[in-house]
Amino acid sequence: MTDTIDPVAPDESPGGASTTEVAPAPDSAIAPDELVVLAPDVLAESIGDYLHAWWRRIRSGESGALPIIVGLIVISIFFEVQSSAFLTSTNIVNLFVQATFIILLGMAELYALILSEIDLSVGFVGAVGASIAMALIGAPQNWVWWAALIVGMGACALIGAFQGTIITRLKIPSFVVTLAGLLGWQGVLIFVFDTDKGAVGGVITITNKYIADLVSGNMTPAAGWILLVVLVGLYGTATVVRTSRRRAKGLTTPPLSITLLTVGAVAVAGIVLVYICNLNRGIQASPVSGVPWVIPFVLLVLVAQSFLLARTRLGRYIYAIGASPEAARRAGIHVARIRTIAFALCSFTAGLAAVVYASRLGSISVGFDGGTYVLYAVAAAVIGGASLFGGHGKPIHPLLGGLVIATLTNGLALLNISTAGTDIATALVLLVAVAVDSTLRRRGRSGAGG
Amino acid sequence: MAEEVPLLELRGVSKVFGAVRALNGVNFTVPPGKITSLAGDNGAGKSVLIKTIAGLWEPSEGEIYWEGQHVRFHSPNDAEKHGITTIYQDLALCDNLDIVQNMFLGHESLRHRLLDETAMELAARKTLADLHVTTVRSIRQPVASLSGGQRQSVAVAKAVMQAAKLVIMDEPTAALGVAQTRMVLELIKRLSSQGTAVILISHNLNDVFAVADQISILYLGQMVASGPAEDFDRQVIVDYMTTGQSSRAEAAG
Repeated sequence: MTDTIDPVAPDESPGGASTTEVAPAPDSAIAPDELVVLAPDVLAESIGDYLHAWWRRIRSGESGALPIIVGLIVISIFFEVQSSAFLTSTNIVNLFVQATFIILLGMAELYALILSEIDLSVGFVGAVGASIAMALIGAPQNWVWWAALIVGMGACALIGAFQGTIITRLKIPSFVVTLAGLLGWQGVLIFVFDTDKGAVGGVITITNKYIADLVSGNMTPAAGWILLVVLVGLYGTATVVRTSRRRAKGLTTPPLSITLLTVGAVAVAGIVLVYICNLNRGIQASPVSGVPWVIPFVLLVLVAQSFLLARTRLGRYIYAIGASPEAARRAGIHVARIRTIAFALCSFTAGLAAVVYASRLGSISVGFDGGTYVLYAVAAAVIGGASLFGGHGKPIHPLLGGLVIATLTNGLALLNISTAGTDIATALVLLVAVAVDSTLRRRGRSGAGG
Repeated sequence: MAEEVPLLELRGVSKVFGAVRALNGVNFTVPPGKITSLAGDNGAGKSVLIKTIAGLWEPSEGEIYWEGQHVRFHSPNDAEKHGITTIYQDLALCDNLDIVQNMFLGHESLRHRLLDETAMELAARKTLADLHVTTVRSIRQPVASLSGGQRQSVAVAKAVMQAAKLVIMDEPTAALGVAQTRMVLELIKRLSSQGTAVILISHNLNDVFAVADQISILYLGQMVASGPAEDFDRQVIVDYMTTGQSSRAEAAG
């Protein structure tokens, strides 16, 4: 038996298994292209290495969140130069509040996008759940608010599970099933308004203080600061503990300086946010200040979703199925069940989004434009950096994308640009974001030799 | 030579698809901890044979014995439960997941019902070190960033991770260059030296002679030759693969 291998494939291999191939890079050396797809923290030992690896990655399309944050800052500076009303605390808080609905709807859509599917029904499904909840709270039902919310959100989850079951068991593309949902659940929405005796002229008004205060109520300034200190403290401790535990076991960790820098950046962002929210944004007679409750609410959903996707088996399987359903199936994963659960989670999150929507307007109406909102939700996720091709995407992506859309809408409105202009501008940003994503991704992929 | 219980033994296995007899009374033994190379031209029935062993198809006739016990595999899960893992050419890896995540896919370690990344990473690192897979930069890099040979290594390590007793590899070197092929062949030898039996399917006779302890040759659904690798040379194998017999081997025998 010999260890050496004749490099020239002789003709006697009768099946003609092709061994002709471009000379591969030797295995001992990492191809330079390979660098580009590696997360910087798996490579770097010093902060210099880290920044270098990170820059390579951005150029290759595995960009992470930073380019979109830079984009947001650039857009904000542009609007501030054009209109001094843009960077006022009133407007900034207003902008965040405007963004929350699309952000949450984008987070809902994210479950479908990671699976390499789409859910066109999230708008109307969310609205059905929210209006059931609002109808139960209102007269003549007069349910206690939390019980009504449980029923409304439960209805959303059931609808999602139902659609997911049709998609997975009957093997009908999600596009078609949820397109039917887009039409059908609008019908159900109208039915809810027709049935509810408390609905006046196709509008259910919110009477419950807790639901109304979700968006229009603010924390006291002191409570805002306390919450910030607690959250940053928890985040910082968790990060440092995890890093040092890994280091103790001899596993690779990002340099300590990077860990501290990340925690520091989060703290600074939080301080700026709370500071802006705590400025008086009312008129002199009735001052208004404090962090709107909806901001910690969105953060809560963000953390819950991040946790579920990154730290549980369910989340791991959702990513695996998004990249390769066949590999997932062969690994023994119950693919149909996981996909159905993901669609249920998608619809449930859409229900939360619609509650926020209703809270902001003080009511929910039968004219809810679920068909348009779902497209904004997809746009938010994709602009933020989630992939339409499945397997990639984090909850932070719809958050950032939703902020970009809200900033554009808000800023262009301040410049007195018509709805027509706003729509066109949003469309262009979406196109640019997707074009940049797919160009860089393609370059990154061909560079990696895959 | 002491009589050893074969790890896997097929007796008179046939598989019929309509009018086509893809396997015809095949006898096939796989000794434990050895590398058995299964050769044959296209259409000889190699794929049907390994799919039968892997539990994808049940044989039309004949019996399968696993460690001396008569077994029936109704599904790939049955075969897997006995410790048979098949690595197909497409490898079945998820490009977006990293090496550790792929190695544990479907068998994740949990702590407080959450993924225990530290335990998985340590175990994956040990398995890869045992297999002498040292070329990957970090086991936290996504599989998309790996070369073909490295991806094979991950697929093999995944099988080892799941305590496979028999790993079936379908053309593991077909798409690889010279250096990568050498790496995968080394890996196969390492696997068998750790006590795992391997069935290697390869068109490349260089690969076969480089690693095989046993060689079995299929021709039109029949097992035409089986024996220790030393009993064969290139010409004999080619004769068996293309004509089902070898005058040279008969002359020599």
